[in-house]
This record gives sequence, C-alpha cells and structure tokens, in this order.
Amino acid sequence: MTDEHPPMEAAVYGDGSITYPPHPRGPDGSEAESTIDLSDYNAEIITWTTSTATPPGVRAPNHLAIVEFDVDGEPVRAIGQLTTDDVAIGDRVEAVYVDELRDPDAGIREPDSQAWDGYRLRPVDDE
Amino acid sequence: MERVALIGASMTQFGQRDAWVRELLSEAGLACLDDSGVEPAAIDHLYVSNMASGEFEGQTGIPNALAHDLAAMPAYTARIDQTSSSGGAGVYAAWQSVASGASDMTMLVGGEKMTHRSTAEATDVIASLTHPVEYKHGVTLPSFAGLTARLYLDTYDAPRESLAKVAVKNHANGVDNPHAQFQKEVDLDTVLESPIVADPLRLYDFCPITDGSAALMFCPESIAREYTDDYVTIEGIGGATDTHVVHERADPTTMGGVVDSSQIAYEMADMDPDDMDIAELHDMFTILEFLQSEDLGFFEKGTGWKAVEEGRTDRDGELPINTSGGLKSKGHPLGASGVAQVYEIYAQLTRTAGNRQVDADVGLACNVGGFGNCVTTTIMEAN
Repeated sequence: MTDEHPPMEAAVYGDGSITYPPHPRGPDGSEAESTIDLSDYNAEIITWTTSTATPPGVRAPNHLAIVEFDVDGEPVRAIGQLTTDDVAIGDRVEAVYVDELRDPDAGIREPDSQAWDGYRLRPVDDE
Repeated sequence: MERVALIGASMTQFGQRDAWVRELLSEAGLACLDDSGVEPAAIDHLYVSNMASGEFEGQTGIPNALAHDLAAMPAYTARIDQTSSSGGAGVYAAWQSVASGASDMTMLVGGEKMTHRSTAEATDVIASLTHPVEYKHGVTLPSFAGLTARLYLDTYDAPRESLAKVAVKNHANGVDNPHAQFQKEVDLDTVLESPIVADPLRLYDFCPITDGSAALMFCPESIAREYTDDYVTIEGIGGATDTHVVHERADPTTMGGVVDSSQIAYEMADMDPDDMDIAELHDMFTILEFLQSEDLGFFEKGTGWKAVEEGRTDRDGELPINTSGGLKSKGHPLGASGVAQVYEIYAQLTRTAGNRQVDADVGLACNVGGFGNCVTTTIMEAN
C-alpha cells in the first residue's frame, strides 16, 4: 500500500463479510462498518484470460484475472488487469497502482461518471 | 389464473440488414399479425424488447413508433430492457400482462440493429452494463467468457475440443434454419485454429453481431381456441438475478440466475428437467451452453461437456439443444434473442420447424443477460 495513492477500497459489513467494490448493503443486507485497503494484501489467481478484441480506449492485448485476497481468513475477490500473461491459476499477485487503466475519453461511458485509476495485478516475483 | 397461450410467432432474417430498428420491429410485428390472424386493433398490450436502440442508432421511443406503424393504437406500450435477456424479460412481461387479466391480447416484439457499428463499438455498448470497477479495466462480456472457460476446463478436466464441439453442433443446426445468420457448417479444426479472442476461447466460440427481430402473440387459452387449435401454452416461467459484479460470485462456473429462475419455472409447471424434450440455451459463448445445461439440471455439474461429446444434445440426441442454431449460428440481435428462442420452441411444438423438426411436446428457453446477471427461463407445452 502506498499512502499517496487512493486505496483499493473494500467494505467490511456487519456480518464480517467483505466485498470489492463496496456496496450500500452487504450480502446479508447489513451496512458497511469499515473499509480496508486490499492493496495491503497479496492475492491468488482464480482464473485469467487475455482479451484481444478490446473496446475503444483499452490496451490490446488486455490481460485480466479474477483473484482472491485472504483478509484475515475472509476471502475477497476482485478483477483487474494483469501486468503480464506469464501467469497460471494459483499464482500469487500483488496490486500495483496505475493512474489511468483506460482512456476515459474513448469509450461510451461518461468520463466524469467514474474513476479511471486503479490497481493492476503483478506476480509477486515479477520485478 | 388462466393459462397463457402463444398463438402466433415470427422472426425476420437475422444477419447484416439494411433496415433500421424501427423497420425491423415492424417487419416482425406484421408477420406475427399475419401468422396469428389477430387484427391490430385487438392488441391490448404491445411490448418491445430492446437493449440499446438509443446507444446504437439514436432512436428512442420505439414502442410507440411500433404501435403507430402496426396501427395498434391505443394499445398500452412499454420497452423492456434487461440487456441480452431483454427478450426473455419481454416474454415474462407479456405472460404477466395476460395472466393477470390486464390484457386479452399482447404482442411482444424484440429487436436490435447493431451491424452498422464496428465490433469494438458494439462490444463497448454491451460492456457498458458492467460495474465501474470492471469497466475501467476494459472488462467485456467475451473476457468474462474467457475467464470462466479457463476455470471450467481446469476445474472439470474438460478438453478444449469440447467447447469447439458446441460451435460445430450449433452451426450444423443452423444450416436448416432459413432465418439464421450463418447457414454453414464449421469443422473442429476451423474452430480450434480461429483467432484467439479471449484465451482460451477463439473467434468461433463467440456469436456474431447481428441485426434482426422476432415477435410473439400471447392471449388467454380460452381466447386462443378462437384463433387456432395449434397453440402452445406457457406452463412455467421464472426470472431471477445474480450479482452485478461478476467476480463476487462464489463459483464463477455456476450461474445462480439460471438455477433460481429455472426452479421457479419448474415449480410453476410442476415439471422437472427430465420432462424437457428440447431446449434453447443462450450460447452467446460456447462455454455458456455447458453452464446452462448443468444449472438447469439437465446434467450434473461439471459434466455438460461430456453430454456434448457424447452427442446427447445433438438434434437426434436425447435432449436436442439449440436446434435453431443457437445464438452462435442464428445470430444475437440482443433484444430479439430471447424472443427468437421462444419462436424456435413454438415452431418445434407446433410441428412447423421444417428440416430441423424434432419430436417434442415440451420445451424450455433460457435467456441470459450480462454474464448471468439476469435470467428468464420459460417452459412451454404443445396444446
């Protein structure tokens, strides 16, 4: 985690469950009680792909993964761009900050409607 | 609650069409009026299933436009948008309008005009359904398919070729569907050697971008008999949602919306998966046919690929799946697809499916929006 970057924020709900991204209500309907920064943790690759037919403003090829963080025994899943396609299911990754994951002005979505920075996923031994 | 009957159906040629969405909807609507023998003035409710006519071509207000073009005023109209499952959601709305007694004659028309957009643009319109944390990473529906396919193959030790065999099967079925976008067989090597789109999936694992429209006419069973003896009844229908954020699902190879919507439909119909003679599944990507065939209860979890390998879902198999050619071969004009699935079941149950006719009295259609985000399952029976 870096103090100068926005956190990879996940919500912790009343029943102890954690989701990324945060929602107004958790899986059991309870409100979020706190947040955590997933970039403080490593994750395991659940599955991954390389997308070659990417939409406007997206890098090509686009390596993507669904990963699972272990936050003190509570599993939390996330999706994100990979830094490389030299990975396999079960590999460990860490979150590295990128100030623009996609060109906000190229796609259909209103640029001001959401954030465009975030975290890519890098194998823990990838220098 | 009186049973709801289908007394007419139509679909346009699917593919790359010169017509725009309003014209496509009118074409299917007029053909459905002809097929059912219903006068436009008899229509109480008129629903239009469509995902994105505003985004694709800048045309909104299409239900009212269609009512005018069909001379169906003063019918109540509404647009049904549930992304790729807009058609199935339209079937639900049309069924509900009749079952509730609000309408004695409801027409549903689904349609989409897409091919004037590039593949990248169309992919982005569809991907706009994703959550911001997905969209900013460039996540698309095809990339969800690649992620899920890799996990499925790894988890269930399924061979890559089994996915290709879904494409081969559905293209073979599409040869006998005169409305299909592709009426051409493909062989295994063609699928396996086509360009990678979302590893491990290749071009022929994906449905095309399509223009087209389809329509259905619904009424109470007591009124159906005034029009025809060859009608189909809706015995069960269920709709359900799963998480908007796809990665939050505990098991990415299970589509909770398919499980939940089918359980509602089976219970309403007082039937179970073994009662189905035929099914149209939402094979926007080959992997989805495995997931749905398992989550609908046709096959045990992790064995849908074996059923395809063994030919059990072929047209002459024990449970023919996607006799229409599926979205894979027939095409996928978003708002039309769920309507066209029911059109195929209707055609099969009324013995009007031509060269692709199978012996079936009960059929199921499963229409999926997003990557399993919203689902409608409909069970139909021949009169």
